[in-house]
Amino acid sequence: MKRVFLPVLAVAAAMFAFAPIYIANAPFEASMGLVSKIFYFHVPSWFAMFAAIFISGISSAIYLFKGRAWADRLGVAGAEVAVLFGSMGLVTGPLWGRKSWGVWWPWDARVTIALLLELTFIAYLLVRKFGGPGSEKLAAALSIFGMFNVPFLYMSVNIWRTIHPPTTVIPTLPSGMPGPFWLSVAAFLTLCALLLTLRSGLEHQRAALDALYLEDE
Amino acid sequence: MTAMLTRILTVVATVLLAAPAWALQQPPPPKGEFVPIEQLPPGDQLPSAPLLVAAYAFVWLAVMVYLWTIWRRLNKVEAEMHALEHRRAGSGR
Repeated sequence: MKRVFLPVLAVAAAMFAFAPIYIANAPFEASMGLVSKIFYFHVPSWFAMFAAIFISGISSAIYLFKGRAWADRLGVAGAEVAVLFGSMGLVTGPLWGRKSWGVWWPWDARVTIALLLELTFIAYLLVRKFGGPGSEKLAAALSIFGMFNVPFLYMSVNIWRTIHPPTTVIPTLPSGMPGPFWLSVAAFLTLCALLLTLRSGLEHQRAALDALYLEDE
Repeated sequence: MTAMLTRILTVVATVLLAAPAWALQQPPPPKGEFVPIEQLPPGDQLPSAPLLVAAYAFVWLAVMVYLWTIWRRLNKVEAEMHALEHRRAGSGR
């Protein structure tokens, strides 16, 4: 893992260094102007959150049904990273919305489900921290529940009437925008993978420490 | 009593006579539902740059703070491991 980590870190650093230049040179969206450039960080942060949630949810299912300790470690890492990227989406969205729609928070289906998803994974972390013995399994169930909310969040703009643009926006981006956008997505997903590796490494160390304490007793 | 009745009838008659004129009055021109942002008075226009900078700054700050918390927690666990190993070595285990 350590052999892969450093090259991936270098690639991520290069992508994050190059992305601002690429984004700055991308064309402006006609009606929103400069503020539309938040799009290049806002949407990829949700993609990274979804990836972290799927990793947490699938790992939690493996932990619940097979009892694998590594899956539990990956589950908690995924939940924490999901909260991080979710907070980015929830902060950058209103900054964009205030200028584009005139409101910070429209309480439409998309933003409400997004907030609930973030709260679900904050609840996961709180249950794990304060739930006492057995809280791992309760938290794992919460993570699976959260994972099944992701398709609702993604499709909410197509199902309910919201002021968010529909999911067809990304495949139909005007020329000049898909390049920086997909570079940002790749950079965010790489960052997500790196943070997951670091965070699950921390859980691994904690498990090793617990094993040492048990040996000591 | 008659004076009171006369006053009430006068008010009612005035309202009834004025009502059609009031109803037929042209409504004020509706306010445009959409006003292009460039046509808003300068006080109502929000500058884009501070919002954009705030969004990007938050993303960077969040990643940095998160990395710092991982580093801090990792250091704490490693320090605890070293202390435990020293204690075990000291007690001859």
